[in-house]
Order: sequence, then C-alpha cells, then structure tokens
Amino acid sequence: MNTNTSPRVAERAQLARKEDSARYSDAALTPPVDVIEDSGGITLYADLPGVSRDKLGLHVASDTLTIEAESALSVPEGLESSHTEVGLARFRRVFTLSKELDTAAISAELKQGVLKLRIPKAQHAQPRRIEIQAS
Amino acid sequence: MYRSLFPRDMFAEMDRLQREMQQAFDLSPTIRGFGRNGFPALNIGGTPQTVEIYAFAPGVDPSSLEVNLERGLLTIAGKRENALAQDDEKAAIHINERFEGTFRRVLTLPDDADPDAVTAKYRDGVLHISVQRRASSQPRRIAVQ
Repeated sequence: MNTNTSPRVAERAQLARKEDSARYSDAALTPPVDVIEDSGGITLYADLPGVSRDKLGLHVASDTLTIEAESALSVPEGLESSHTEVGLARFRRVFTLSKELDTAAISAELKQGVLKLRIPKAQHAQPRRIEIQAS
Repeated sequence: MYRSLFPRDMFAEMDRLQREMQQAFDLSPTIRGFGRNGFPALNIGGTPQTVEIYAFAPGVDPSSLEVNLERGLLTIAGKRENALAQDDEKAAIHINERFEGTFRRVLTLPDDADPDAVTAKYRDGVLHISVQRRASSQPRRIAVQ
C-alpha cells in the first residue's frame, strides 16, 4: 500500500481542498422539516442547529419561500476534526407557496435551533359555510 | 440526515464521495460500529488539551438530555417531543422529516480523556461537550543525559 508522503502529493491534496472550498462556497445543507396544514393555515418546523436569530434569513417572493441560515459553533483554537457528520455551516431550503396563503402575515419563531413558521390562509380562502336559502 | 440537494458540480461531488469512501475503509471500525446517520448528528474533534464533541439536537428539552461518561464511553441520550401530536384532528401532515422520540448515541473517547473534567453546554440546539485530556498524557520532552 503506498502512503502519501511525498511533498508533491501533499501539495496537490491541499490545492484540491482549496478548490473544493471555492466550489462549495455556495453549498448548503437541506434542513429536515415538518409541515402541517390545518383549516387556518400552514405550520412549518425546520431543524436549524447552531443558528441564532441574527444569522437566519427568511425571504418571501411572490410564491416562493426561502429559508437561509448560517450556523455558528464555539470552536477552540487548533481544533482538528476526526469525525464530521455535519460538514457545512449553511442551510438552505426553498418552498413554493400556493395562492391561498397570506404571505404578508407570516410569523416566525426560532427557539433552540428550531424554526417555527406560521403561514395563515388568506381571509377569502378560509373555509366558509354557504347559507342556502329556500326560495 | 443533512444532505445537500442538487450539487453544483457532479464530478467534484463524485470525487468527494470517493475520498470519503476511502476514508471510511481506512478506519478500523470499533466494535460499536460507525453509528452514522443517527440522531443527533455528531461532529468530533480534538485539540492537544481537549476532545470536543458537537451533537446537533435542536428542540430537545434540556431536562431530558443525559450525558454520561463511564470508562471512556460517552453516552448522549434524551427525548424530542413531537410538536405535531398537539394539533387538532383535522390537520393534514404534508411533510414529516424531523426526528421524534427518544434517542441515544454512544461513542468511545480516547484513553487520555479525563472523566472528571467534562463540560456540556446546550445552545441554539447544539450540545457542545468538552472533555479535558489527562495532564500526565500531554506530550513531554524527555531530556537526554
């Protein structure tokens, strides 16, 4: 088995790592979500560990909801990783919203890394019983 | 658990996957296995003085979190409640990806980990455990007479 000890190979590996980080600078993890719909609207829960309020971005375009966040960990100096299951510090997930959701009335709450979004349905889209008049 | 959809560059992604596979086979697996893709996800690293463990467990009730260190074995256990169960009967669950229930992950720490010097902090959903290494095992230079 050959071991990579030559300086040439080490240099190439370092270059590959730098290229990788440039290529992956936009890469983000997809956070797992729970989405429930009731008669009043939609509730969404997203796992965003390590994310504080100032690093969370919620953008609503006409029919798209984008969740973007950056996580921050307190890392001591000189830390060397030996086992990495969460390899990126960025989260992103995009959803298409249907027309009856009232995007102007979205409320959001971030607690211990869990984002809770509440998107109510527009007033006109709430279920209504129609009175039938006997003629 | 956290995977990135639609990688920007398929070849770079394949390359990275191949390197990751090679790394996985280089390690001699412990008898307790690799334990990948569990909840919570773990990042483990070290400095010359400490071993650092980050467990990504958002939304866990801190009173249910249990961190135990016994004979070099670190156990992280707890329970995550399901927020969905409290909703009314007519609610429709469209997506259910988040973990719910009791969890337990176990990992072995190196021999020089000091069980009496462990700190654990839970912030923004990340449990950060820091274990000091025993002072006597720090690298020392031996003078030659």
